[in-house]
Amino acid sequence: MTDPTTAAAGTAPDLGASAYVTAPEHQMSGPGKPRSLWSDAWRDLRRRPLFIIAGAVIVLLAIIAIFPSWFTSVDPNHKDLSHSRETPSGAAWFGYDLQGRDVYARVVYGARWTLLVGLSASVLTVLIGAFFGIIAGYFGRWIDGLISRIGEIFFGLPFVLGAIVILNLVRNAEIRGALPIVFAVVASIAVLSWPVAMRIMRSAAITAKQQDYVKAARALGASAPRIIFKHLLPNCLAPVLVYGTIALGAFIGAEATLSFLGIGLRDPAVSWGVMISDARNYVRVAPHMLLFPAGFLTATVLAFVMLGDAVREALDPKLR
Amino acid sequence: MADSYEPGAVPDGPLLEVEDLYVEFRTRDGVAKVLNGVSYHVDAGETLAVLGESGSGKSVTAQAIMGILDTPPAVVTGGEIRFHGENLLAVGEERRNEVRAEGVAIIFQDALSALNPVYTVGFQIEEQLRVRQGMSRRDARDRAVELLDLVRIPNAARRVRQYPHEFSGGMRQRAMIAMSLALDPEVLIADEPTTALDVTVQAQIMDLLKEIQVERRMGLILITHDLGVVAEVADRIAVMYAGRIVEHADAVSLYRTPGHPYTAALMDSLPRLDQKGSTLNTIKGLPPSLLNIPPGCPFHPRCPRAEDRCAVEVPPDHRLGLGRTSKCHFAEELVSRV
Amino acid sequence: MGRYVLRRLLQLIPVFVGTTFLIYFLVWAVPGDPFTGMCGERPCPPQFVAAMTDKYNLDDNVVVQYLKYMGTLLTGDFGQTYAEQPIGDMIANAAPVSVRLAVIAVIIEAVIGVTAGILTGLRGRGFLDNLVLVSTLFLIAIPTFVTGFVIQIVLGFQLEILTPTVSTEAKWSELIIPGFVLGSLSMAYVSRLTRASISENRRADFMRTALAKGQPKSRIVGVHLLRNSAIPVITFLGTDIGNLMGGAIVTEGIFGIHGIGKLIFDGINDKQGAIVTGVVVLLVLVFLLVNLIIDLMYAVLDPRIRYD
Repeated sequence: MTDPTTAAAGTAPDLGASAYVTAPEHQMSGPGKPRSLWSDAWRDLRRRPLFIIAGAVIVLLAIIAIFPSWFTSVDPNHKDLSHSRETPSGAAWFGYDLQGRDVYARVVYGARWTLLVGLSASVLTVLIGAFFGIIAGYFGRWIDGLISRIGEIFFGLPFVLGAIVILNLVRNAEIRGALPIVFAVVASIAVLSWPVAMRIMRSAAITAKQQDYVKAARALGASAPRIIFKHLLPNCLAPVLVYGTIALGAFIGAEATLSFLGIGLRDPAVSWGVMISDARNYVRVAPHMLLFPAGFLTATVLAFVMLGDAVREALDPKLR
Repeated sequence: MADSYEPGAVPDGPLLEVEDLYVEFRTRDGVAKVLNGVSYHVDAGETLAVLGESGSGKSVTAQAIMGILDTPPAVVTGGEIRFHGENLLAVGEERRNEVRAEGVAIIFQDALSALNPVYTVGFQIEEQLRVRQGMSRRDARDRAVELLDLVRIPNAARRVRQYPHEFSGGMRQRAMIAMSLALDPEVLIADEPTTALDVTVQAQIMDLLKEIQVERRMGLILITHDLGVVAEVADRIAVMYAGRIVEHADAVSLYRTPGHPYTAALMDSLPRLDQKGSTLNTIKGLPPSLLNIPPGCPFHPRCPRAEDRCAVEVPPDHRLGLGRTSKCHFAEELVSRV
Repeated sequence: MGRYVLRRLLQLIPVFVGTTFLIYFLVWAVPGDPFTGMCGERPCPPQFVAAMTDKYNLDDNVVVQYLKYMGTLLTGDFGQTYAEQPIGDMIANAAPVSVRLAVIAVIIEAVIGVTAGILTGLRGRGFLDNLVLVSTLFLIAIPTFVTGFVIQIVLGFQLEILTPTVSTEAKWSELIIPGFVLGSLSMAYVSRLTRASISENRRADFMRTALAKGQPKSRIVGVHLLRNSAIPVITFLGTDIGNLMGGAIVTEGIFGIHGIGKLIFDGINDKQGAIVTGVVVLLVLVFLLVNLIIDLMYAVLDPRIRYD
């Protein structure tokens, strides 16, 4: 992170002033082209250094994940035991691991697994949560009761515990191959996290349902799917997307934790979490094996958390 | 008299006096000049109505008097606020705090958000009595019940233990009034006290305020945008526009012959029963952005009477007889027309 | 109030049953032979399989199994491990350690997090605010096990200030550093939550009223601001107690603490289904009860919450 101090200084919102400067706002919200929440937020975001830094880090990480060969020509799986646990040098910037593989190359190639898990888990969580949340919020009554209770059942499972139990099943079922393993980890994260997204969506949908334009649409006999997609969804998206961004960072950390416990990803899907886990028994003799992937992991999570923070502040009119 | 304050009259000057007050809001988007030389005063037993659209600076003036402006962004850049001749802007925070509630008290438009949701109404009244007058819990509770009785809240002894959200809108505003009276203030500022209420309740609250004011010989500053409310209770009226007082007059003369085109336009925009069927008159255009107040007379872009000079020359106060002023180049003409 | 408590308690029952059944199902109804690998490299002897099948009712369908299991559990019998060690005793040994660890973590969260939040919330932007903002961002971004390792390496191995692992008896003093590691993430959340809550309430209309009433500054902050801002923070801290009980698996693993987390982790690795279900059922119960208490506290702290 280049300079978080100055970055942070520019982001705290200006409070109070907007309430008093009336006329230009009247004009903007008049009959002309109204400024939407999103374009407002975007204008606001572009001025935030925190957002720009986080965005740049994420774009860079995405490029590394998609085109790892642009960043290293070394085969991450090439073993040379004579280099085992060698410290960083000109030949291998991040040193070598236990089996004499280049840590830098492995970090570069590990980015895609880490990001893949984080992104898919976040998307899946938001999809499941948003779907059930909007249904519960719109229909209310026993449907809401049922969905909320089911949500509570999954919410009642502490995350790490639940993930251990689920992934232990997967381990026993002897799943092999990178993608099935990734899917198992993603699914277990989503299964344990969707109630949070569901609650956020549900309360947003309940609020939106009270709005006059939704009542009007209902009075005019619009069908439920039409109201949900046309009216509710666009107005409920903001909070759940903010959650999704912050959760993306958190899920990357969760994947690392699960891999660290030996139940997350494993060979051939070598994420940073797996590398950290592999290095855990050698932290005293070869800390570089742990510190480099851990550093990348931290920077990535940090970038997503900062992005989520910035977006939340931009979308929250109270803070603007 | 009026807002042209004579030096040397300090000892026996008005009870509360605002003179040439300037306030700016320093924001990310620029400096908003919210108050630009506001002067008014109020005496014991007298009601001054401050009239204006939202954003005209009427509430900011009230907050400046109480010393409760949000700083930043608000900064007082000039002027004086005198209570019994003492400039409140020059005294220390401790003295300022003594004047609050005991000297000048305020009630707000939205009593629900102005009352702390997690304490009972009684607690919030007693708090002042206990902290400021060192009353015991029991005495303060008794006094709080008396005060609630005074503002005609039925069942005061039970109500005192309830939370603000358990009160109806009108009852909440009554509780707010009771709270403001706890320390027997000499001046009460009512900042849009009835705007958030139903019409029938509005009348009750106004009657109550008027009655209490007469009984206690308080100075009352009534801030409102509702001309109907003003007509019934005000002795004098100050009309605000773009952070300045554009007209200042006794209620009777102002209603008979508005001395400023803005006042006239406001009165024209009232619906009238005797002209049923005709369209409502509205003031064209929008209030100016305080970040960018028009040069000359700030009202000129919306003024039906405007001439070229209005866009250039800032109109000074024109005296129109006893205690009456107007910031319009054509003030005399407007008044003499009738 | 009494009826509200009763209603909330009744609502807990389906959630408790659902969660515990889910766990039971995941642990026991595994497709495939539950005895694979249980007896080392060799397949388990048939008499052992028969005894276990009988003991855990593995021939019944899963619902019946679950009901029978819960039946014995409700009499206070957690069952035994395959080595015939009573699980109840194991939990009784491990639980105090985990409770101590969680208490330390929550105290650290509350004291440091709330203090940092109040200071930055009151002062607004400035050096301290930025410092806290940046450190909380980092605490949130760094996974607990990395924090744990770094602290263990630096304080334990290099500076040798403390022993890198905790002894079996796990004294309070030994648990301070692990407690700090365990609580560090939530500490960051607490401080951000406190700060946000305070700076939001600082602008509230009722604060302006309190000032206009001529209350002294200390009282405005202490009575009006802090009380209102405390509501979300206390809720978070409470929920966290529930989380920390089970979330200590990683921390306990790094520092070699013999607590509940380690018990579960070992149970999973040794395929001791009875340990896993027993402990998890207990943890879920604690989690749900803590959440209930928080709900009730919330209703006390915020009079706007209705009981009906």
